[in-house]
Amino acid sequence: MLYTSLIIDLMQIIMLTLGSVVVMVTAAFKRDHAVVCGLTVFSLFAALMTFVLIKPVLPFEATQLLMIDEYSLFFSNLIIIGAIGVALLAYPYFKTHNSQNEEFYILLMTATLGAVVLACSNHFVALLLGMEMMGVSLYAMIAYTIHDENAAKFPLEAGIKYLILSALASGITLFGIALLYAFTGTLGFDEIPAALEAAGETGPIFIMGVLMITAGAAFKLSLVPFHIWTPDVYEGAPVPVTAYLATVSKAAMIAATLRLLLASHALEFNAVVAVLTIMAAASMLLGNLLAVLQTNIRRLFAYSSIAHLGYLLVVVIAAASVDNALSVESTSFYMLAYFIMSLSGFAVISAISNSTGELDSLSDFRGLFWRNTWLSTVLITVLLSLAGIPLTAGFIGKFYIFSTGVEGELWLLLTILIIGSAIGLYYYLRLIYTMLQKSEVSGTDRAAAALPLGVNVVMVAMTLAIIFLGVYPTPMIGTLQSLAAAF
Amino acid sequence: MILSWLIGILFAGGIGAWIAEKSNPELPRVIALATVLLDLFLVLLMLFAPGSLGLEPMSSADLGQPGEWLVLYSADWIPRFGVSFIFGVDGLGLLLVALTVFLGLMSLGSAWHEIKDRAGFFYFNLLWTLAGVIGVFTALDLFLFFFFWEVMLIPMYFIIAIWGHENKEYAAMKFFIFTQVSGMLMLLAILILVFFHYQDAGQISFSYFDLLGTPIPEAYGFWVMLGFFLAFATKLPAVPIHNWLPDAHSQAPTAGSVILAGILLKTGAYGLIRFAVPLFPAESMAFAPTAMLLGVISILYTAKVAFAQNDLKRLIAYTSVSHMGFVLLGIYAWTSQGVQGAVMTMLAHGFSAAALFMLAGGLQHRIHTRQMDQMGGLWSAAPKMGFMALFFTVAAIGMPGLGNFIGEFLVLLGSFRISPAAAALAAIGMVVAAVYSLIVIQKVFHGENKNNLVVQDLTKVEMICFGLMMIGLLWMGMYPQSMLDMSEPTLRSIGVIFFD
Repeated sequence: MLYTSLIIDLMQIIMLTLGSVVVMVTAAFKRDHAVVCGLTVFSLFAALMTFVLIKPVLPFEATQLLMIDEYSLFFSNLIIIGAIGVALLAYPYFKTHNSQNEEFYILLMTATLGAVVLACSNHFVALLLGMEMMGVSLYAMIAYTIHDENAAKFPLEAGIKYLILSALASGITLFGIALLYAFTGTLGFDEIPAALEAAGETGPIFIMGVLMITAGAAFKLSLVPFHIWTPDVYEGAPVPVTAYLATVSKAAMIAATLRLLLASHALEFNAVVAVLTIMAAASMLLGNLLAVLQTNIRRLFAYSSIAHLGYLLVVVIAAASVDNALSVESTSFYMLAYFIMSLSGFAVISAISNSTGELDSLSDFRGLFWRNTWLSTVLITVLLSLAGIPLTAGFIGKFYIFSTGVEGELWLLLTILIIGSAIGLYYYLRLIYTMLQKSEVSGTDRAAAALPLGVNVVMVAMTLAIIFLGVYPTPMIGTLQSLAAAF
Repeated sequence: MILSWLIGILFAGGIGAWIAEKSNPELPRVIALATVLLDLFLVLLMLFAPGSLGLEPMSSADLGQPGEWLVLYSADWIPRFGVSFIFGVDGLGLLLVALTVFLGLMSLGSAWHEIKDRAGFFYFNLLWTLAGVIGVFTALDLFLFFFFWEVMLIPMYFIIAIWGHENKEYAAMKFFIFTQVSGMLMLLAILILVFFHYQDAGQISFSYFDLLGTPIPEAYGFWVMLGFFLAFATKLPAVPIHNWLPDAHSQAPTAGSVILAGILLKTGAYGLIRFAVPLFPAESMAFAPTAMLLGVISILYTAKVAFAQNDLKRLIAYTSVSHMGFVLLGIYAWTSQGVQGAVMTMLAHGFSAAALFMLAGGLQHRIHTRQMDQMGGLWSAAPKMGFMALFFTVAAIGMPGLGNFIGEFLVLLGSFRISPAAAALAAIGMVVAAVYSLIVIQKVFHGENKNNLVVQDLTKVEMICFGLMMIGLLWMGMYPQSMLDMSEPTLRSIGVIFFD
């Protein structure tokens, strides 16, 4: 009985593992891009669907390492949906790529497996395993188009940058884990409070450990001052991989970090809250300010993602003074909204790019509204949503942040949030204006050509999701409330 | 329900106009016209024959709310946050909704021949702006109110950014950022208010009726009130946060200017009357001297600045700020005459400013300049236009017998009781208004036609529009009681001081 439910609970992870193997074996025997991509999408979809089986037997502590509950299931589903989206974007993108593309999908599967493990982790071993599995796959994915002369500008630079900094971050995290273990003698998240109580006084070693782990997480979340890699990697990586970094990798890391911070009661320490506050404030300001200076849409999205993760951190910090459940609910909603917006935004960029040439300078978007109304409507929806305008998911997300912030009385952070959003408005609007301008197109106008089916599917689904969540968020709020109730 | 119909028809008409563009470029404006006429018909029914819609004034027993609501409708939206659809309209709301739909029709008239480029998307934006404004005037849930507050913003941004004049990018951006940032402050203030209501009553609610009378700790009260005030004063606008307005007005296409000056500015004044003061009576009373001072400064300073303009639309834009100074003064006097005067000024200024912007836009369309030193002697070339310009100019400077006079006179009367000094200073504004307005007539229509401009006189469509607005202003001037009677119950229910 126990094993049956264990297997059911781990179904998503098992399916993903199986999927990786199947994709790998297929790629070894039949090198056919379409077949491998189709198989990837199919196995991801199969893994996603197992949530129907898992749902009734929640929550369940699957070994010491993983906690499968509604919270982790929500994030796992999100991650898998994101991976499906990325696979759909990757197919048309790599179709023009003249070397072997099949391995990309294997990497995508393993990265996703790592991300799901990360989202379910309840133990430092799982945390590190998930983080590394995702990270190592991503190094290769970022540098994937390296042998293609016409490909994205700097895949090698991006890959190396991510490799070195990510390895550094992992090292710091490991050191932090070691310090924590030295002080508490445990590696399980939820055993920390008890261990702390037993130890009596909290030493600086503990706080140091938590801060080092936070720094590692902040790297993956690209929070200031660990954000340096973000714009370069966003710009250098193939577009689908950038989409993956912006969505899946962030969602998985946020899921794990939030659980760690709440389960270990780390937010009870002023030092931790202070450091997080500084990071949030700096991310909101710097991200938005630097985004204004960008002329490349991917760098713009990179800086804007820094700012948005800063907003998100506000609700995480609010957990120090409000109900944990409210904080979890807000974080999940904002992450969901940001996830959808980013995926949709990168879908638009990938629609007018492929592996032999990328159109991602802001001037490439001039007059897009008149050349391809559908494409630019999607992008305008995304930008308005990022700016937090009503009728979009971004507005409800911002509303969540504001109301949680008010309840936590975080006046300073809210003020900075308003200033940051005001700057944000400026560059989102500028991009919208660029699209509304009239222009004569020189050369081939890829934007006017028919869009690949996969890209269209992603754009339709995400745009509908943005508007649906903005107009009628009640069902989703219900889901989030019930998953947050466990905290 | 009727209110959601009003809004829904506009939303649907907008989408219809956009789609119709593909089949026939003439079709969007016809659809837009039909949509607005349908709305106007419903509004007229509500005004003159509410019985035919099954409406009767009620004190809304089912919701237990004060005031005489002609319509009050409530349904759940996001129960998690206590957010619901509460639409309601009373005398004040109905007047403003009628103004909105009527001026919507006028703006269609001014766009009829002017907008040829991507007409479908233009009318889509126009109708959505109108829908947003009607939403603002009828929403009684603060979340819903904020929602519409933003909904009216984006289409307006598009109207300025796409169909505007030479400096449209700057103007559109400035307009959006000013409104949006002040809107965010308001959102924050709303949330703080809701939070204190939650602490007091143990239940989250954004309903206007629930939030009235929320006790707010002294340390926060002023700041929360200020959040509301800033958002509304930006929209109104009041000095020193007025400087988005001259740019937005002068760069917008004619129909955009008409809507901006005629309707959008009134949402700020409406917000002050309906929300800012009633929600924070004590804080507002303490703040009233400052607000009245800002009103007086707005009147005098922008009148002076208007006088210095050479750009016709910019000049009219500054005069708008000046007239809105009267509204601010009247509202913060919070006496019956003061607020009644503010309401009358809102309505009358809606007509006169819309008409003046239509004239300026019409001129620009004909002679491709807004610079007054390029014009001159146009009366002989276009006598009808000259007459209309003279009529609406004297209306704007407060000629007795026309609506603006009633409004500004009442404001002065009402504020004199509270602060004779403020009233006296504001009265100077009426004198200055005569100077800057008549100079327009002088420069544009009299004198020598230096550049030998040939101007086509007003077309039939334009004559109809101006004629209707003339009738409106005359009615307001001759029989203001019909409107004062409508807004009085509203003002009584929100606690305006009546001396009777």
